[in-house]
Amino acid sequence: MADSKTEPKTLGESLRQQGVSRRGFLKFCTATASMMALPPAMVPAIAEALEKARRPSVIWLSFQECTGCTESLTRAHAPTIENLIFDHISLDYHHTLQAAAGEGAEAAREAAMHENHGKYIVVVDGSIPLKDPGFSTIAGISNLDMLKETVAGAAAVIAVGSCAAFGGLPHASPNPTGAVSVSEIIKDKPVVNVSGCPPIPTVITGVLAHFLTFGGLPELDDLGRPKVFYGQSIHDRCYRRPFYDKGLFAETFDDEGARKGWCLYRMGCKGPMTYNACATTKWNQGTSWPVESGHGCLGCSEPNFWDGGGFYNAISIPDGDIARNVGLGAVAGVAVGAAAGMLNRNAKADAVARHETVTVDDLEKTS
Amino acid sequence: MQKLQDIDIRVEAPVDQLAQHGNAVPVLHEILHALRRLGETEESTTIDLRSIPFGPGDEELLLDVLGRGEVAVKLETLGASEIYETAYAGVWIVDHRNTEGERIALQIEITRVPEILLTQLADLTDSISRLENRLRTPDGVASQSNPMSGRRRDG
Repeated sequence: MADSKTEPKTLGESLRQQGVSRRGFLKFCTATASMMALPPAMVPAIAEALEKARRPSVIWLSFQECTGCTESLTRAHAPTIENLIFDHISLDYHHTLQAAAGEGAEAAREAAMHENHGKYIVVVDGSIPLKDPGFSTIAGISNLDMLKETVAGAAAVIAVGSCAAFGGLPHASPNPTGAVSVSEIIKDKPVVNVSGCPPIPTVITGVLAHFLTFGGLPELDDLGRPKVFYGQSIHDRCYRRPFYDKGLFAETFDDEGARKGWCLYRMGCKGPMTYNACATTKWNQGTSWPVESGHGCLGCSEPNFWDGGGFYNAISIPDGDIARNVGLGAVAGVAVGAAAGMLNRNAKADAVARHETVTVDDLEKTS
Repeated sequence: MQKLQDIDIRVEAPVDQLAQHGNAVPVLHEILHALRRLGETEESTTIDLRSIPFGPGDEELLLDVLGRGEVAVKLETLGASEIYETAYAGVWIVDHRNTEGERIALQIEITRVPEILLTQLADLTDSISRLENRLRTPDGVASQSNPMSGRRRDG
């Protein structure tokens, strides 16, 4: 926890005090640049900024969520979560990770808000129920009240996970709790959406590292997501994309195409309409990601993905002439990929309107 | 408990059959262009492999083609790092790991010597100060027979 009585050390001072050499610091900066998806040429600028950086106070609020986002974060490996929490940020409140409970925990939140007024970061995972405050409370305080109270003195808000960013699973039709996202409530503070179910751990830490390094927030897309991580579609960064361009598709999970690693587009892959960093950052310390494991993208970083129709049915295949589209893809892959993405977005919107549910038949559907 | 990185990842096909995803070849062309720039203008280039959408076998193929050259260095700070020159002089692999042995960055540097191997000015200044102090202290040399024991804690 932060010591409010003394001016916090800069990161450079802190690392030197721990005996970390300048060479070690450069290694740290290299890993940080890579984690933030910034070009290696930025390392000197990052080193200069991190040298002077002071630990920001972070208050983490968990509302209608499954703890999957925290599970993801605590498996972040670059840098380790222990370093991130204890050396580089001051995590002053987090239900799952803090030792304090009850009144002690709430006192820590209020102290952090008071001592770091105007400078602290609020991280939120989970959606906020508006239908009845009793659906989700902490220490007798409704999620809505706690969010408003905590964000009032914050510098910025990071909505971690698709529930906080877009409403997520609680928001799925029929949305019994009246769940909404953070940005539907908070209008007077910058809100960064780090969507995903869960988000990639290094993307969560990358956004925190960006704030730590540059004292500000990264450039955002039209859905409030950092462009460095969500700037390109899964489809455009997918290593299986050449098979799409050649019209080579897996039709089932055990056919020749699946064994040869062909494109999963016709098995419901949502890659063309999904923007995330899975295709390059990957999961489990860069080991693999869903498509590499033979499963199509679910589109979990996009709004309303739960209501987008069955994960395995033809939602990702436009109702039009797919063979013609795919044929064109061989000669103009990017353009058709973009067009397919648009068609898919339309199809998804239709599915949301119809609220298609996933059935066993969907799971067994072969095309 | 077994760590994730201890699990042997099985590559599904021999290395010479792994070019089907085609993502290693463009990187090799980029390296060639960077080598030419290094030769002509001394401009160094760094390629962060985390930003490349590799499929299964692409990284293995790339590293297999580059091979290993004459120089290999082990760096011990904030975890172990392995830095080696490939069979193509001027092309270096920089593989950074954290204290848990997990990879935190994998980069290809096209340069004469990777920057991180050079003695940094701050460390040089610190070395001078520490050695001066030791020589100034009575019995400072004799008190610690192992010269490495006076080194700062780095990892």
